[in-house]
Amino acid sequence: MRHHRVLRVATKLLIPFILLFALYVQFHGDFGPGGGFQAGVIFGSAFILYALIFGLENTKRVAPPGIVIRLMASGVVLYAGVGVFGILLGGNYLDYNVLAHEATHGQHYGILLVELGVGITVAATMITIFYQFAGRSAWREEGEE
Amino acid sequence: MIAQHLPALQIVLPLLAAPIVVLAGSARFAWLFSVAVCWAAFAVSIGLLAQVMQGGEISYLLGSWPAPWGIELRVDLLNAFVLLLVTGTAAIVLPYARRSVRIEIAPEQQGFFYCMLLLCLAGLLGIAITGDAFNVFVFLEISSLSTYALVAMGRNRKALTAAFQYLIMGTIGATFFLIGVGLLYMMTGTLNMADLAERLQPLHGTRPVLAAYAFIVVGMALKLALFPLHLWLPNAYAYAPSVVTAFLAATATKVAIYVLLRFTFTVFGADFAFADQPMSLLLFVPALLAIFAGSLVAIFQENAKRLLAYSSVAQIGYMVLAISLATAAGLSAGIAHMFNHALMKGALFLALGCVFYSIGSVAIRDMAGIAKEMPWTMAAFVMAGLSLIGVPLTAGFISKWLLLQAAFELGLWWLGLLIVASSLLAIVYIWRVIEVAYFQPRPEGRVAAREAPLSLLLPTWVFALANVYFGIETSLPVTVARGAAAALFGAGG
Repeated sequence: MRHHRVLRVATKLLIPFILLFALYVQFHGDFGPGGGFQAGVIFGSAFILYALIFGLENTKRVAPPGIVIRLMASGVVLYAGVGVFGILLGGNYLDYNVLAHEATHGQHYGILLVELGVGITVAATMITIFYQFAGRSAWREEGEE
Repeated sequence: MIAQHLPALQIVLPLLAAPIVVLAGSARFAWLFSVAVCWAAFAVSIGLLAQVMQGGEISYLLGSWPAPWGIELRVDLLNAFVLLLVTGTAAIVLPYARRSVRIEIAPEQQGFFYCMLLLCLAGLLGIAITGDAFNVFVFLEISSLSTYALVAMGRNRKALTAAFQYLIMGTIGATFFLIGVGLLYMMTGTLNMADLAERLQPLHGTRPVLAAYAFIVVGMALKLALFPLHLWLPNAYAYAPSVVTAFLAATATKVAIYVLLRFTFTVFGADFAFADQPMSLLLFVPALLAIFAGSLVAIFQENAKRLLAYSSVAQIGYMVLAISLATAAGLSAGIAHMFNHALMKGALFLALGCVFYSIGSVAIRDMAGIAKEMPWTMAAFVMAGLSLIGVPLTAGFISKWLLLQAAFELGLWWLGLLIVASSLLAIVYIWRVIEVAYFQPRPEGRVAAREAPLSLLLPTWVFALANVYFGIETSLPVTVARGAAAALFGAGG
C-alpha cells in the first residue's frame, strides 16, 4: 500500500472524522438516533480502515490486542458495575434514579455510563474480530513453511 | 438488604465475574475466582429457594421499572429449583475444572475458558429467572454463544465441526423461539410472561397465537434435543472438554425443558396446550422414540462419551414423556427427573473426565481393565450407572417410580411396560462399559493408568453419592417437584 498515496492521504483525513462521528453518535444517543452499539461499530471501523491501508502491524502498535481484549471486558464491567452501584445506593439493580440527587439526572448519568460501556465493548470486539480474521492468513503461511 | 436483591445477584455475580476474569488475565486467578463466584451463586440460589418455600413467589423489578413495561425477574418454586440445579452443578464442577482444564485446554485459552463458562452460567441462570419472554431469548443467546465457544475448545479437531453443527442447529432453535415471541408481541403488545398469560386468554383460537406456540415448541425442542431434533447433541457432548460436557449435560437441556414448561403452562396455559391442542400426542410420540432410539444407538457406540450423550437423548425422552402425560403426577415426575438426571450425568461425565485425565482417551476399547488401576473412578461410574438404570436406593429409581405411578394413574399399563423395557436397554449400554473396564485385561501397549488425583475424584464422588442420598432421602426433589407441578397446573388451570 506504500504507493497508493491517494488512499493513504484520504484515510488520514477521514479517520479523525470517523472517530468524531462515533463519539457524536455515542454521546448524542440518549437524545437522538444512535447509542453505544452503533457508536462502537463506527469507532471500530476507523481502526479497521487504518489496518486495511497501513497494515496490521502498525494498527497493533496503536491498539495492542492485549489491551483491546481488556477494553472488551471493561465495557461489560462498567455496564454491570453501574447496575451494582444502583444496589449499593439503595435502589434495585440498574436503577438509575438513585445515581444522582434527583431522578432525572440519575437517569441521565445512568444511561450515559451504560451506553459508554456498550460502546467500549462493541468497538473493542469489532477490532478483535478483525484482528482474528486478518491475523489468520499470516498464521497459516507460517504454519505451512 | 442483600436478601431482597438475591434475584438480581443470581445473574449479576457470574455476569460481572466473567469480564473480571478476562481483565485479570491469569489462569490460576481465573479458576479461584470462578470457584468462589459459583459457590456464591449456589448460596444465592439456596437463599432464593428458601425464600420461595417460605413466602411464595418473588418478583424483582430491574431498574425499578414497574412490571409489564420493565423487565421483571420472577422466582417461583419451579425456577428456584432449576436455579439450584444449575448453580449446584457449577459449584461441584468448577473445583474439578482446574486439573482437567490444565491438560485439555491450551494455556493461552484457559482464562477465556473460565470467562465463557461463567457467561454460560449467567445465561442459563438468566433464562431460568426472568419473567420476560424476550429476556429469555437474550439470555438464551448468551448461554448458547458461550456454549459454542466452549465446545470448540475441545482438544480433538472434530470439536470445531461439532461446535459449528451446534451453532447452526442452536441458532435455528433460537430464531424459531424469537419468531414465536415476536408473534406473541404482535398479538398482545406485551412481553411480560404474567401479562402475556392474561392477554392471551381471549386470543387462544387465533392463528398467530397457534403459530407462536408452534414456533416456540419447535425452537425449544431443538434446544433440549428432543428426538429427532437431537442431532447436534452427541457430537457436541463427545468432543467438548470433559468439564464442559459434564456441566452442559447436567444443566443446558434442563433449562430448555424449563422454558418449554414455563411457556406451555404459565404463558399459554395447560388447557390451551393439552385440551385445545394435541400437545400430549405431539410430545408423547417423539419422547417415546427418543427413549428407544437413543438407548439403542447408545448400545453401539465405541466412544464412552458419545454413548452417554445418546443416553442423554433417551433420558430427555423420559422427561418429555412425563410432561406429555399432562397430569400433575406426570409433571412432577418430569421435574424430579430433571434433577436426578443432572446428578447421574454429572457423575458419569466427570468419571469419564477422570479416565481421560489418566489415559487420554474415552474410547471404550482403551478403557479395558481400567477398573483395577482406577478403582475409585470406576466405582463412581458404576454407582451413577446404577442410578441411570433405575436401581432401587438410587435417585434414578425415584424418577422412574414417579413416572410409572403417573402412567398407571392414567391406566397406561403398557406404557409402564415400555418404561421398564427401556431400562433394560440402559443396563445393556452401561454394562458394556463396566464389562470392558472390570473384566477385560489391559491391552498390550497401553501403559498402566494412575488413579485420578483427589481434586478430580472428590467432585465426581459428590455427584455419585448425591445419587444415593437423593435415592433414599427424597424429600427435597419430590416435594419441590410436586409443589412446582401443582403450581403450574394452578396457574394455567
